[in-house]
Formats: sequence, structure tokens, C-alpha cells
Amino acid sequence: MYSFEPDEEQRMLIEAVERYATNDLRVAAHDADEEGELPAGLIEKGWELGVLQASIPEAYGGFGERSVVSGVLAAEAMGWGDLASAMAVMLPATYAIPILVGGTEEQKTRLLPPVIEAEWKPYVAAFIEPSFDFYPGEMQTKAKKNGDIYLLNGEKACVPFADKAESMLVYAGLDGQTQAFVVPTGVEGLTVGEREKLMGIGALPMYRVKFEDLEIPIESRLGGEDGCDFNPILASAQVAIAGLAVGVSKAALDYVLPYAKEREVWGVPIAQKQSIAFMLAEMATEIEAIRLLIWEAAWMLDAGKDVTKEAYLALTGASDMAMMVTDQAVQVLGGHGYIREHPVELWMRNGRGIPTLTGLAMV
Amino acid sequence: MISFEMPESIRKTTVLMETIAENMMRPVARYFDEHEHEIPWDYINFMHEAMKQMGVSSIAAKNVKKKKEGPRLGNQRQAFMLEILSWGDSGLFLCTPGGGLGAAAVQAAGSPEQKERFLSCHTGEKPTFDAMALTEPHAGSAMPAEVRTTAVRDGDQWVLNGEKIFVTAGHKALVDSDGFVVIWATIDPSAGRAGVRPFVVEAGTPGCSVTKLEHKLGIRASDTVSILLQDCRVPFENLMGSPEVVKDKKKGFKGAMATFDATRPLVAAMAVGVARAALESVKQMLEERGVEVQYGLPRNRLTNIEREIIDMETMLRSTWLLVLKSVWMLDERKPNTIEASMAKVRAGDVVVKITQRATELMGPVGYSREHLLEKWFRDAKINDLYEGTGQINRLIVARRILDYTRHELS
Ligand SMILES: Cc1cc2nc3c(=O)[nH]c(=O)nc-3n(C[C@H](O)[C@H](O)[C@H](O)COP(=O)(O)OP(=O)(O)OC[C@H]3O[C@@H](n4cnc5c(N)ncnc54)[C@H](O)[C@@H]3O)c2cc1C
Repeated sequence: MYSFEPDEEQRMLIEAVERYATNDLRVAAHDADEEGELPAGLIEKGWELGVLQASIPEAYGGFGERSVVSGVLAAEAMGWGDLASAMAVMLPATYAIPILVGGTEEQKTRLLPPVIEAEWKPYVAAFIEPSFDFYPGEMQTKAKKNGDIYLLNGEKACVPFADKAESMLVYAGLDGQTQAFVVPTGVEGLTVGEREKLMGIGALPMYRVKFEDLEIPIESRLGGEDGCDFNPILASAQVAIAGLAVGVSKAALDYVLPYAKEREVWGVPIAQKQSIAFMLAEMATEIEAIRLLIWEAAWMLDAGKDVTKEAYLALTGASDMAMMVTDQAVQVLGGHGYIREHPVELWMRNGRGIPTLTGLAMV
Repeated sequence: MISFEMPESIRKTTVLMETIAENMMRPVARYFDEHEHEIPWDYINFMHEAMKQMGVSSIAAKNVKKKKEGPRLGNQRQAFMLEILSWGDSGLFLCTPGGGLGAAAVQAAGSPEQKERFLSCHTGEKPTFDAMALTEPHAGSAMPAEVRTTAVRDGDQWVLNGEKIFVTAGHKALVDSDGFVVIWATIDPSAGRAGVRPFVVEAGTPGCSVTKLEHKLGIRASDTVSILLQDCRVPFENLMGSPEVVKDKKKGFKGAMATFDATRPLVAAMAVGVARAALESVKQMLEERGVEVQYGLPRNRLTNIEREIIDMETMLRSTWLLVLKSVWMLDERKPNTIEASMAKVRAGDVVVKITQRATELMGPVGYSREHLLEKWFRDAKINDLYEGTGQINRLIVARRILDYTRHELS
């Protein structure tokens, strides 16, 4: 049976996240971006909503079952508040979800409870690499088997909170496949470099990280000796960032609708001009359509289907949607949209990041 | 609970529809494109029999019989049927007997007795058709506010006068079968929209004649006609809705507008079918030449053709889901005006874009009449025009999200 309606539990989740997004994230977003810093207590408050905890089974310290659809709904609501802080709050999921999906029983039991049962701590993932043609299917960071250890070499970009990370899930190419490795921080062979300076999501502290002959024990390879299937992990990352993109786009649309009704030219609200009204209609239509595409991929992932293609298409659609909608939001505000007092320029900067920032969120 | 699980009963319907589309439609698609105004009786008779056996109808003559238990799937099932049959051939699909836009209007605006009386013609021995005539020579988008066709009461009859144009299947409804046309006319020209009502005019009614058969860019298998009404008398009970005009109250009129909430998603479904035909065909041609589309690569590693295909697939699937959501809402009795118009806007855009790109990408093959691509390009454009142009549906979406009236945004 088809249905396009969140269930009761999901509705409660959405409401809770929306409240937090409205009262906390949105309020903090502007200054956090300008100052490059998230206000104290903001992340912790979001963590207490328990979005990740609810998707980890009791056996591993959580109190629920993973639902990618619910995760996407939460990402939408969180992204509506602010992309950078949403990513910060959801950060431990980039560590925990791949372990849940691809880890051995032993790894899950050992690695998940410390993340889930504690307060928010920077458990992070090192995914993106500093190259224009970065492609998750061909990581340039390489792992090589060397006796009974793996040797890790390469460089990662955009690793959030790398300077303070408790532990890091590092993706690397191994025999032509992308695999993940659990790497403790502060070990020899791992260097945290400069803080990244990006066009958007300035409030999220991110770093370059270098690996030089970093030694990793066999049992730290995700999935153990046989490794893990990278596809469902990548798909989770794709639908997660796509869900956040819906939130960012919806934020932009929600902001410009009342603005367009208020702002007048020649005595008429600009919203009564078709060239503005049609833009608004197209923005709304695009968001609605792409949102369903993401939901479908998420639902398929929950149903255990192979969504390699669907998740990719969902992210492709979400990337274009986010760029189109945030760009038009600036357009609706005209010159005022270009001024940093209004949030639309921030959303436009963040919107451009969607296709690039895959790996920074996971549901 | 959000779910994308196709119900088993719909799946069965789709299997049957695919067989029909492939075997009854595709093989004759080109012939009927090149023989405009010739009537595809083989297809029509086959569909008439098939639908009698299945107990379903093509577009809207549903729910005539008793309601069955279980979830309501009628509009969802229809969306699937229309998508697949339009994948087969959208011109031929519009020749499907047993309920078209006229039946949809009766469904939306008619009383239970009227539904029984008018739709029963479709369950007879011979195939019959119906049509819906709103557009007039002086106005299309501005309808129904600008309806000039009049209906004047004379005892227990209404007397209709006026001219309708661009009536889909009008010839089949009135000349080739004993069907009917729903005519929109005003019972009070001073009342504007509030005075407009749908009337059923049955085939053979004196004073109602088909005066012109159009020649078109595409969907040539489907007839598009002008209808002239000259002192055309219909029984009083052929009016759907209230015979009273209450100024500033849209009673009698509002129900009629609900027709579009049902038909717009269905037209969007048809558009998706045409777009899918073109996209699948391009993919197949590429495959035959050993060109494989890789999914998952960043854009800077894609070939142009891969990027095109991936964009088209993204557009198409998301549009289809929008269609599905809008018909699901209809089945769930949720207000769907905004979703219906969104689906129509996007489907109109997407089918035009996809067929235009497909013909371009396939070069001389795409342009050649030896292949159906160029035909789909021509068939596609109508979806951005009828059931409200892209602009009109944008207006509807914009009004809804801005909470504007027609006066504030037109
Ligand atoms: C093959 C075919 C089949 C058809 N079948 C039927 C049928 O079965 N029944 C029926 O009743 N009609 C039918 N139509 C008519 C169709 O619905 C109309 O053609 C359509 O509504 C547009 O009206 P119009 O042609 O008068 O264009 P116009 O209304 O003159 O529009 C011209 C242009 O102006 C734009 N425009 C109009 N108003 C606005 C506005 N307010 N803001 C911005 N732009 C605007 C339109 O989008 C369009 O681009 C059919 C048409 C065709 C071609």
C-alpha cells in the first residue's frame, strides 16, 4: 500500500526536532556562521532529542530500531534550522550508523554503547578527500594489508571536530573497494591539520587529517576480516544529506513567502507579480517532488533493497533542488538577499555544499 | 506510515496494461499518427471487451457499481493504467472507450442518480465515449469565468446556445457512438463563475452538432472537435449541481472545479508515460550501441550523455511520485488541489524536456519518422497545454502557498 504520511511516532519526532530547530538552531545560526563557532550547549540539547539513540537497538545501548525514513524526516526538520549545527548534532551518526550497518556483532557490542549511552561526544568520520574529482567509490586514501595489520596512508578533508575526536571512522580504498576502519585518535601516523575554511557551514569546525603508515589492527576493519558492503553505507549518507537539503530549501521557501507578500513595488506586493509568484510555485513544486524521491530511496533502504541507483538519483535531485531553491530565494529578496543580515545568502552558500558534503551526515 | 509498496491488485493491473500497451498500441502507433482522423476500432473494441471483463473503466467511470471493502485505490490504479497506456501511445489512449473527461465531470459534479443514468451508457454492448467541453473560441485559460455558452430554462428543459472548441473525443462521443458531452454553460451571465454549470448533452440531441475536426501537432489518433449548440434542448435533470445561483457563494460551481483535482493528476500520469517511453527508448538505443550509463559518479566524471540520462531519470521518477501522491490523497479523500497542480506543472515540464532532449541526443535517428521518438516529442507538448496550461497551474500553486485569492494573483 502506498502512503505519504508519517506515522504517529514519526510525527512526534518531527515536532520535537522542529521545536529545537526553530527555538535553538535558527536563532543561533547567523552568529555561529559569522564567528565560526557553535554556542555552548547547543549540540548537547539537540543530542538529547535522542534521534540517533532511537535508531540503535537496546543491545547496543539505544532504545529503538533504525528507520532510514524517520532519519530522513528528522534530517529535514533539523536542516531547516541550520545545516552546520544539524551536522554537528548528527555527527556521531556518521560513526555509529556504519558500525550498525556494516560492523560485526563484536564491533557493535564494543563500539556502539560508548557513543550512544554517553552525552554528545565527537565520534566522527573521515570521508571526503581534498581533490576536485573525489569519488567515494575510489578513495585515494589507501589501506594495505601488512601481515596482521593494515597500513593507512592518505589525506582526508572536512573531518568535523577532528582535533577533539574520540574516535574516527576512516574510509579508504582496499583492493579496489572502499572499506572503513575504526581509528583511535592521538595515535602515531595521524596528523590533524589546519581547520578548513569553506564557503558555507562555517560554524562546523572541520579539519584536514593526514595518515602516514598508520597501523590498524585487523579487528578495527569494519566488518572484520571480510570487511563490509560499502553500498548501503554510502546510500545512507546520500539520503541523509539529501534530507538535510530538503530542510535547507524549505527554510528558504518559508522565509521568502511572507517577505514577497510584504515587499511592494509600485504599490503592489512582489508576490502578486507572476515572475515572482511562478518562481515560488516552482520552488515549492521542486521541493515536494524531490522530497518524495528521497523518501522512496529511504523506504527502500529500510526494506533491505539495493538502492545504489535510487539513493544516487535522490542526491542528484536534491543537489539541484537546493541550488535552484536557495538561489531563487536570494533573487526574491533582490539586493537585500545579498546582505548577510538576511539568512538567504547563507542558505545559498550552504545549498551549494550539498553534493560536496556527502559523508558528513548519516541516517 | 510512509510506504512505497505497490498493492498487489495494482500490480496485477499493470501487468495486463503493459501487455495491451505493447501489443495493441505500439504496433499501430505510427499508422494512426500518419492517418489522422481514422478511427482505431480494433483497439477500441478490444478495450471495450477487456474492460467489461475486468469491471474497470479507463478514466473516470469508476465506482458506478457497489463499493468494495478494503482501501480505496481507484485513483491510484487509474494513474498506473494511464501512465502505462500512454507509454503505449497517448493518442490511442485518448480513444479508449468507457469514460473520459466527461465521465470525470459527472463523477465529480453529478448526483448519485445522474452518475447511474449517464455512466451506464458505458456498460452496454457497444463501446461508447464521452467528452468534456469547457473551452470556447474566445477563451481557454480564463475559463470558467468567461463562459459565454448559455443555458436558459424553459419549463422542464434547458435550452443551450454557444460554441465549444478543442473538445477531446467529441466526435467519438457524439457521432461515432451513443455517448455524451458535458457542456459548461452559464445559467446567469451576470453572475460570472458562480453562474457556470455542467450539463450533460447526449448523442443525438437535436441542436448539438460537431462542426470541425482539428489537425494537430501530435496525439493525432485522438479527435479534437468544435461543437455548436443551437437551441439545443436537454431535460432539466441534465444539469449537474444547483439550478439556483447564489451570488458570492460558489455552491454548484465548487463541486465542478473538483473535477480538476481528479483529472489533473491523471493528465500528469499520461505525461509521465510519454516521457518514460522516450527515456526508455533512448536508453535502449544506447545499450544496443554498448553505451553503458554509470550511476554513482560525481558529475565531473560523467559523460554528457550519462548526465543527461541521470537528470532525466531523476526528473521522471520524482514527478511520478508527485502524481502518485496526488492520486493517493484523492483516494484518501484529502484535499489535493495543490498537489494536483504541482504534479501537472512538473509533468508538463518534464515530458516536454525529456522528449526534446531525447530527440536531440539521438540525432538523425531522433528526428526521423522511422522511429517513434519524434512522435513522442509531438505528443508530449499537449500535456503542458490542456487541463490548465503550465502557467495556469503555476498560478494555482502560487495562490495556495501564498494564501491569495484569484483577485490578488491572476
Ligand atoms: C488537443 C487539445 C485537446 C483539448 N481538449 C480539451 C477538452 O477536451 N475540453 C476542453 O474544454 N478543452 C480542451 N482543450 C483546450 C485547452 O484546455 C485550452 O487550449 C487551454 O486551456 C488553453 O486555452 P487557450 O488555448 O485558449 O489559450 P489561452 O488561454 O489564450 O492562453 C494563451 C497563453 O497565455 C497563457 N496565459 C493565459 N492566462 C494566463 C494568466 N492568467 N497568467 C499567465 N499566463 C496566462 C497561457 O498559459 C498560454 O501560454 C484542448 C486543447 C487541445 C489543443
